[in-house]
Amino acid sequence: MADSVWIPAAIAIARHSAVVRVTHWITTVCFLALLVSGVEILISHPRFYWGETGNVLTPPLFQLPIPASRSTVPTGYGYVLPDQNGWSRYLHFQAAWLAVLTGLLYAIFGLLTGHFRRNLLPARASLSRQALSIAIASHLRFRPPNEPGAWPYNVLQRFTYLLVIFVLFPFVIWTGLAMSPAIASAFPAAVIVLGGQQSARTIHFFVSVFVLLFLLVHILMVCRAGFRNRMRAMIGGHE
Amino acid sequence: MSNFSRRKLITTGLGAAAGVSGLAVGAALLRRYGLVPPDSAGVYGPGATLTYAAQRILTRHSLAREFTPSQISKPPFANEVAPLGEAFKRLQEGAFADWRLAVDGMVARPASFSLAELKSFPRRSQITHLACEEGWSYIAEWIGVPLSHVLDLVETLPKARYIVYRSIQPGWWESIDMADALHPQTFVTYGMNGGELPVRFGGPLRLRVPRQLGYKSVKYITRLTVTDSLKRFGKGLGSASPEGGYAWYAGI
Repeated sequence: MADSVWIPAAIAIARHSAVVRVTHWITTVCFLALLVSGVEILISHPRFYWGETGNVLTPPLFQLPIPASRSTVPTGYGYVLPDQNGWSRYLHFQAAWLAVLTGLLYAIFGLLTGHFRRNLLPARASLSRQALSIAIASHLRFRPPNEPGAWPYNVLQRFTYLLVIFVLFPFVIWTGLAMSPAIASAFPAAVIVLGGQQSARTIHFFVSVFVLLFLLVHILMVCRAGFRNRMRAMIGGHE
Repeated sequence: MSNFSRRKLITTGLGAAAGVSGLAVGAALLRRYGLVPPDSAGVYGPGATLTYAAQRILTRHSLAREFTPSQISKPPFANEVAPLGEAFKRLQEGAFADWRLAVDGMVARPASFSLAELKSFPRRSQITHLACEEGWSYIAEWIGVPLSHVLDLVETLPKARYIVYRSIQPGWWESIDMADALHPQTFVTYGMNGGELPVRFGGPLRLRVPRQLGYKSVKYITRLTVTDSLKRFGKGLGSASPEGGYAWYAGI
């Protein structure tokens, strides 16, 4: 009796630590808030420019074929959408603050506990040409990954998460801040290397589109891998 | 198992208590150093406060980027304003000869300056970027007298914390803190791109705050009030913008 240990089936496979789960869901809420408010801000001027300046009197780099919330923008539509910029800007910056603070917590945790090294940096064995081609081929055939070092993430997942966490997120924060006239006054180089404040706005838009694409593919892959199990792993921590 | 749960409970409780007291200490410190914006109540208060506090710590003395004459936008774009009122039109008929800027509130010598007087003060110009909260922008040369010079003339009292400025157009008013009011690029502006300031761009008199978005640069200003509190103005949110749903601090 004394030496029999009962392990509930539900905690047999530990997947995500508490910090990863909590920061994941806070980031999710923040991203949805940033997306909705970002679209609301965007429709007040759905034209994009390159360089320092741009307005309806200058030729745009491109214009989205959508109606605008301001009558001064020529869109070709006979109507103007309601202006939602006030609360959208408040919400955008509040969600950005929460996302950045959450990201800092996650980054400190990831460095201290070895989460990045263990779970996100690809193993050397998985980086050989042969291992990579196996991983890509099995991914394209929607086969479950089984190459070396595929747990907890295979090499493609690791690259994707690293790209989102260490390239797209910092870049979207940087380009967002570069649009601020006050930040531009304190850190002019942050604007100049991007090509100007309007370039920063255009890049901010494209990086956001890439993050949105990641989100859609991420949800698709979670569904393919088993929605219930993956949600259990990210909410309760176990599969 | 029960020991582990208890330890977890205690750690979580201590963590939560530390978090709450940390927030309280943080809020007290922010208030102590004047880093809380007037529109900090409400659901977006934490974000607005973090933004304002961070910007004040990072950008208190920084200068807005200045550009070369070749970078001036031709032609510049001005947003539409509400139809100009009777008071404006009367002064416009007299070529703005009777336009005056009153300065009152917490000052040693309240005063009222005519356009001609303002133009006799040290004339400064800057080629800076004006960005609208909508997303568009242009670069122009702005000519005027630094607001700090006008404030020196009337001698603001040491308790002064904000400058409230009003347009001749009803209901159009804003305020800035002393960091922006005394900033060398904050101008009482009467000229643009080498000439007079056109009415579309705020002529005859516009307060130009280049480190904030365009809506802080109020057009057709007639009165400045120096104050230590924004509670008594409008709904007490700092300016007309928060009353219309927009942030008081517009440095981003």
